[in-house]
Amino acid sequence: MDWRQLWEIISAPDNVPIVALIPLLVFYIYLAWRQAKANDLLIEQLEADPALAKTHHRKAWPFKPGWSKEVHVWPFLLRVEFLAAIIVTIILMIWSITLNAPLEEPANPNLTMNPAKAPWYFLGLQEMLVYFDPWIAGVVMPTLIIFGLMVIPYIDTNPLGAGYYTWKQRKFAIGTFLFGFIILWVSMITIGTFIRGPGWQWFWPGQTWDHNRLIYEVNRDLPDLFGITSNWSKGIFGAAVVGGFFVVGGLLVHALFRRYNPKNYKRMSLLQYSILLVFFITMIGLPIKMLLRLAFHIKYVWITPWFNV
Amino acid sequence: MPDDTNPNEKKGKAPGLVDAIRTGVREDLESLKTDLPAKAKESLETLKSPTKTQVYTSIFRHKHDDTPRNRALGVLSNVFLHLHPAKINRDSVRYSYTWGMGGITFYLFLVLTFTGTLLMFYYHPSKVQAFRDVLYLEHDVPFGRILRNMHRWAAHLMVIAVELHMFRVFLTGSYKKPREFNWNVGVILLVLTLLLSFTGYLLPDDQLGFWAVTVGTNMARATPLLGHEGPFGAQMGMTPYNDVRFGLLGGSIVDANALLRSYIWHCIGIPIIASLFMVVHFWRVRKDGGISGPAQVNLDSEVKEARK
Repeated sequence: MDWRQLWEIISAPDNVPIVALIPLLVFYIYLAWRQAKANDLLIEQLEADPALAKTHHRKAWPFKPGWSKEVHVWPFLLRVEFLAAIIVTIILMIWSITLNAPLEEPANPNLTMNPAKAPWYFLGLQEMLVYFDPWIAGVVMPTLIIFGLMVIPYIDTNPLGAGYYTWKQRKFAIGTFLFGFIILWVSMITIGTFIRGPGWQWFWPGQTWDHNRLIYEVNRDLPDLFGITSNWSKGIFGAAVVGGFFVVGGLLVHALFRRYNPKNYKRMSLLQYSILLVFFITMIGLPIKMLLRLAFHIKYVWITPWFNV
Repeated sequence: MPDDTNPNEKKGKAPGLVDAIRTGVREDLESLKTDLPAKAKESLETLKSPTKTQVYTSIFRHKHDDTPRNRALGVLSNVFLHLHPAKINRDSVRYSYTWGMGGITFYLFLVLTFTGTLLMFYYHPSKVQAFRDVLYLEHDVPFGRILRNMHRWAAHLMVIAVELHMFRVFLTGSYKKPREFNWNVGVILLVLTLLLSFTGYLLPDDQLGFWAVTVGTNMARATPLLGHEGPFGAQMGMTPYNDVRFGLLGGSIVDANALLRSYIWHCIGIPIIASLFMVVHFWRVRKDGGISGPAQVNLDSEVKEARK
């Protein structure tokens, strides 16, 4: 166990934000979960007792008759904002006094940094470069993430859960977002920050970075496993596999979605539903490709003269 | 003493100029003696209640005694506060619901604008000067080091705050009708925040920034159709000297032009675009009905399905 190596990675000034983000996320997920639980309990009670539902103020927080439903922004909101500004300023001051912003040697195109890492918030995309070619990891993926986020309000037809924390009313939406944000985005960043060392090789936390380590990995392409050699048949085979993944994945998600989410399924138009399936299955494709690479040493699935997937 | 028989002097004549002045001055002095204390007393009285002076009432256009009307006016008649409504849902001041991350993001943007402007006084975006300017900032400029540190850490903190803000908005379903459009504006602001941070990364012109930006922009080579290494790039006639990466860097390598371009995007281009989107974002928060909650819970059994 190389504690020094571990400490060097964790205490690198530009890694501090991701070190801070993880406990912050844990705290805020706990905060959200606690409120969701209280609301779900209330919803259950109200569903069971329609008479109570008519009279209840419908929040998990206490409310007494005679209390006003609204409060003045001045001072009740402004004091919170003022306090937040002060606290953030204090945090920033202390952070800036105790930790210096990194400054390396002057830029030198002839001396490659190893590992050359992007800023922490892009390390998830850089980690993707292991599993995909740059045109997917660096261009298509970010574009899909942005558009995927943007379509969310238009494909989420569930009218429930607007303006309060809940889990039971929005299992699919929240589960999917948690998967995309925590499992894919944050944990990929964590891997890129803490695990990847020189040559972008895998070093467990506490393992010494060995700049001379060589790993003899034999990565194969999927068509090779089936003994396909000609370019044409490779292209057609790959298109069939990728297309098959989308068709089979689509059927599978469809089977589950209409069973477990019948009301939302009924509400969605064909356009909404197909957009949902395309983005959802593309997202699922990410960890599947990672698995293929890490467990089965498969580099490409679809090979054409112009691009490889 | 004057001679009464002086032939040159006419008796009974109206008082001369000198006399007129003399009586005038005497009257002035008399009036000072009586009016000055009175006016001073009056002024002292107004000092006791400065809120009644013309200067004060011209600045603050309403009274400040603690009445509901004045509390509302305190927000509504203030240009910096009037984005707020006068009153809000009693539960939306709860930190556990809002997390305050949107406001913190905006506050950090202000901190970054302030520290960034100060940094601009000491920084030349040229290959010769840039790195030396950072050294100068760190070692010679009074408070230069804390200034740069603060800019750096506020930037990272802003990325964290934006992500948490988005997370909260998702978890509370706040993007749902009628806030779909504002969610989209928010997504664009997220992208702009990341771009702001990324363009700033190159500016110290050190190894860290240079290689991060080299790695980052190398991906642009692989843009489908528009990059010279991307799918169908060659078929579109892309070379290292005319593709999208060339446009980003102002050259085929990360060099002086790239430094200047990222400086201008970082200090002028993206902040202006981001400010415009922020204006829309905040305005829409109000127009879409204020912050989303905490709302009353809805029941599945009460949902009215839209007729198709």
